[in-house]
Amino acid sequence: MAMSTVSRVRRQLPVSPWLFAAPGLLITGAFILYPFVSTLVNAFTDRRTLVPGRFVGLANFRELLNDEMFWIGLRNSTLYVVGVVPALVVLPLLLALLVQKNIPGITFFRSAFYTPVVASIVVVGLIWVWLLDERGLVNSLLETVGVGRVGFLSDQWLLLLSAMTVMVWKGLGYYMIIYLAALANVPRELHEAAAVDGAGAVRRFLTVTVPAVRSTMVLVGALSSVAAFKVFSEVYLMAGPSGGPAGEDTTLVMLVQRTGTGLTGRVGYASAISVVVFVVTVALMLLVLRADRRDES
Amino acid sequence: MSALEKVRPAAARPPALARAPRVTDEHGRRIRVWELVLRYLLLLAVLALTVGPFLWQLSTSLKGPTEDIFSSPPKFLPGDPTLHNYERVADTIPVWDYALNSLKVATANVVTNCVGSALAGYALARLRYRGRRVATLVFILAMLVPVEGIIIAQFTTMRELGLNNTLVGVVLPGCISALNVLLMRNAFLNLPYEIEEAAYVDGANVWQRFLRIALPSVKGTIAVVAIFAFMGAWDDFLWPLIVLSDPSRFTLTIGLNYLHGTFAGDERLVAAGTIIAVAPLIALFACLQRYFFRGVGEGAVKG
Repeated sequence: MAMSTVSRVRRQLPVSPWLFAAPGLLITGAFILYPFVSTLVNAFTDRRTLVPGRFVGLANFRELLNDEMFWIGLRNSTLYVVGVVPALVVLPLLLALLVQKNIPGITFFRSAFYTPVVASIVVVGLIWVWLLDERGLVNSLLETVGVGRVGFLSDQWLLLLSAMTVMVWKGLGYYMIIYLAALANVPRELHEAAAVDGAGAVRRFLTVTVPAVRSTMVLVGALSSVAAFKVFSEVYLMAGPSGGPAGEDTTLVMLVQRTGTGLTGRVGYASAISVVVFVVTVALMLLVLRADRRDES
Repeated sequence: MSALEKVRPAAARPPALARAPRVTDEHGRRIRVWELVLRYLLLLAVLALTVGPFLWQLSTSLKGPTEDIFSSPPKFLPGDPTLHNYERVADTIPVWDYALNSLKVATANVVTNCVGSALAGYALARLRYRGRRVATLVFILAMLVPVEGIIIAQFTTMRELGLNNTLVGVVLPGCISALNVLLMRNAFLNLPYEIEEAAYVDGANVWQRFLRIALPSVKGTIAVVAIFAFMGAWDDFLWPLIVLSDPSRFTLTIGLNYLHGTFAGDERLVAAGTIIAVAPLIALFACLQRYFFRGVGEGAVKG
């Protein structure tokens, strides 16, 4: 293949790096960074879906303070973090310890435990709506053992608890895999030394395993707390679009979706709620990372 | 440590266990029988909790109209299995059209993510130009933006482009995810540079080096990107819910939500719908497990 000097030089022109990166930069800029900036700007306007907004200063945020629904949303999203995160930090670790040893059939169990991660949240939500139904499997079992039927999906607090359970159930396998990778790096000599010193399984777990996977626990804590605070689908599917009895189960992201979409959507106000979501998300991350550093010192 | 190695045999096992079936752990040491039994019991209990709900849904979907699905104690197996409910789903909502829409969205998402993130990742990892650090920073920042916080602005952007209520609008925001770009960048960075240098000296241009040398070496990461792009698009709920309003354009997840909202009382119907939505992904997972697991490790930052 004969190549002229001109074409050889042209092929080395510095445009091509940008050509490589252009599609990615374009999409990221147009659909992530621009909407991010525009959310920050819109939060200070009274923009609606069909009406361009005017600058209204802090009016949206002042309205938030007096909006009962906002406080309900903030409460529920916060409760969600408090309820879900400890479970998602501890349970997958125990599960990882259970599937760590290479006993016969263990790969089957590992894969089976991961199945809920693969399924769509809509599928998972609807499966649990049917399981926890007034006449569903869980209530049938409860009745069979004599406990009686429980209104998992009709009581405001039980609904929230049920939705938390679903998020934990769906997340177990994912974090289990993360922990498995971390456990593989725990030197086995540490366990042996502890065993020789007469430490039982529980003691070895607390004195060897936990310290060794501590940084992974912090990672899981950070990831799951951000995911929990942004909860939408679980509650939307189980409590319905209006968020359960009198909207008492509404979460912040549900409120964003409800306020900001549709032809009459209040884009400005929904953006103000989004800004709160950003701020709390970042704060949660910093909190978890700081707690981590304090533990270390 | 060698001292410890010597101490270990002193904790000798009872000789009776020597006749037990030889099951060893990853270090070749025998596991005690009672511990093994306990492990399997726990594994089966967790199995019932994680897979049981799917099987119950499958069982419900196969129960005929005359069979009691509310019985107490519950009946786990359908007495007279029938596909009747699956036919009814298709009569109630255009479920196969929705499945096709989901397939289109997921396929497009796979292609754009693989091509776009491989190109951008290569540019970030290998090419030298002014502004490379800024470009990397753009993707890192984008990865940190919580999507749930910008959906309203994404929706108004789509409206401005006239792409709301289209499948293109569903695909676009995530079609080259920043996380995937950074994954590909890391994959390219981990390749030895010498081979590409040799090719450069031999006169291979950027595209030749990219296509013939770098790309074939990162096939594993591309597979991970492809699988997670497929799963992400197939399973996505919030964004399609916001951008699609015309029932004829629904994807499966939105169609299921619609089915549940309209026919909530018909558990057999909803059960059949959920099985249709989840079956393809479970099949995909069964075939390509190791890439799913690898993706968790590589994409743990995704959250």
